Amino acid sequence: MPGSTLKPSHMRMPKRAGVGLKAEHYRTIIETSPDVGFFEVHAENYMGAGGPPHRYLSAIRDRYPLSLHGVGLSIGADRPLDKDHLSRLRRLIDRYEPALFSEHLAWSSHDAGFLNDLLPLPYTNAMLERVAEHIDQVQASIGRQMLLENPSTYLSFAESTWSEPEFIAEIVRRTGCGLLLDVNNVHVACTNQCWNPVAYLDACPLSDVQQIHLAGFATDADEKHRTLLIDAHDRPVAEMVWALYAHVIERTGPLPTLIEWDANVPSWPTLKAEAEHAQIVMADIDGARRRAPSFAGSTGNHRSHGAAPAQSRSGGGCP
Amino acid sequence: MIDTARGSTRNLPYPARRVRAASLAEQQAAFAIALLDAQQPLPTGLQGPDGQPSARRFAVYRNNVVVGLVETLKAAYPVILRLVGEEFFVAMARAYVRVEPPASPIMLDYGAGFPRFIGQFEPAAALPYLQDVARLERGWVEAYHAADALPLPLSAFGRIPPEDIPRLRLVLHPSARIARSVFPIVEIWQANVDGNGSLSIDLDDGGDALVARPDMEVEVRRLPEGAAAFIEALRAGASIVDAAAEGHSASSRFDLAGTLRGVVEAGIVVGHDSAPTGSLEEA
Repeated sequence: MPGSTLKPSHMRMPKRAGVGLKAEHYRTIIETSPDVGFFEVHAENYMGAGGPPHRYLSAIRDRYPLSLHGVGLSIGADRPLDKDHLSRLRRLIDRYEPALFSEHLAWSSHDAGFLNDLLPLPYTNAMLERVAEHIDQVQASIGRQMLLENPSTYLSFAESTWSEPEFIAEIVRRTGCGLLLDVNNVHVACTNQCWNPVAYLDACPLSDVQQIHLAGFATDADEKHRTLLIDAHDRPVAEMVWALYAHVIERTGPLPTLIEWDANVPSWPTLKAEAEHAQIVMADIDGARRRAPSFAGSTGNHRSHGAAPAQSRSGGGCP
Repeated sequence: MIDTARGSTRNLPYPARRVRAASLAEQQAAFAIALLDAQQPLPTGLQGPDGQPSARRFAVYRNNVVVGLVETLKAAYPVILRLVGEEFFVAMARAYVRVEPPASPIMLDYGAGFPRFIGQFEPAAALPYLQDVARLERGWVEAYHAADALPLPLSAFGRIPPEDIPRLRLVLHPSARIARSVFPIVEIWQANVDGNGSLSIDLDDGGDALVARPDMEVEVRRLPEGAAAFIEALRAGASIVDAAAEGHSASSRFDLAGTLRGVVEAGIVVGHDSAPTGSLEEA
């Protein structure tokens, strides 16, 4: 298996909460050195030749572990990976030595150009082969393991023959990549597709999860008045997502957990408070696990994270 | 166009694997076309939870693509946004996104053709300075992300014998950009970038702009007459004396000594090299 020779990438990443780095917060972070576990950046935002973004990122990288998150590699496109883009990623990884590198189970590039969104894939054997081939190529090119992120989706493909978590588990098994579990994406996809989020998580290869993403979503409806959640990254993490997060952490123990907030970016204290909440959820569950090794639920008293996650579907028009 | 990958492969005389791969690419091509053009029919084989097609759900992807690109343009052209207002800007940006979607996944680079597009955008014709202000803003973004380099101080030229100066070739800072205009684009930009925008500006008092980032801050300056031609000749590799000829032919009021000093003080000279071939060109 190609993955077995890859360096584990998570050795330097603390199992703590981190924050997506936004330009609005560069100065506050440099001046106050806040106590957060790590920062994450989008790789493509640091593909300029020089300037303030690189200066700030270098200064922040000197003090914190870094996670590098790609949004433009288009691993799910049925066309060769962009070799120039792979080289740029490799140079960025060499320069900043991130503890984690992740990309999406999605496509975004096409002969007409770059479509600037994370587009959905059919879960078929042909797609599986193509994605696995591309991940093998990425891992060979960067010389280390990558993490694959589960998508948020609004539609599914009639031709799919795999469930999403089983498809992801098979890719992880074939390529030796790790999993970046975006719990908000699980909630968004499960609500939109009428899947059971607990069953989804239980079908995920949780032992291969090396990082978690949490974010806020927007609520809309489709033409049949069914709930349609949009992966907006523009508000706090929802209670339901915190509950699913606790469900995961109860099974995996603490994991590097990122708060993603990319639009309507709040002040630094608001963002940091979200990360602190994730930290408290992990600490409560970890404490309970240590006190009672056979423990199956949480006695934590902070917000809703001890509650068993209810169905995501919430009567939004699912059959 | 095929209906679905599954239905299309049965009767084709190719090896199954090859056909499968091609149909996946075709499926994504159809998806991409439908994303960028709302007049196109929905791609087939996509369904909501009841197994039926859903235009509203596909529209989320369409919206994400277009809104994401329009937001990128808003961030890159804040003064244009202020000059024309939200509604006009979004309409203009949506029209641009359709004709020039990004060629690369690096969104920092997106929108290079927007100034030219603005110049040809009929509804914007009443604001003839708009495309020049857009060029200045594009220069700002490029300067911000350009490679870093250390500017030479004026004193670095003190050790060079005066008679060698004319044949010197200067290395310009990678961030240096010039936006030319017959309109006062620096004043228009300045009045709108900090949000006051209420100054009255004499549109007849035009002039070119120099945009550069010698260190951490992007600086925008108005250039004296002939200076843009001089700097562009320097960047193309001309010696100071040859570049000065370009400055003089651009404007009878070109002032070599003043411009040269201004260029160094602006921090856009990062190196120099005597020009052994310069004398041949002069001969």
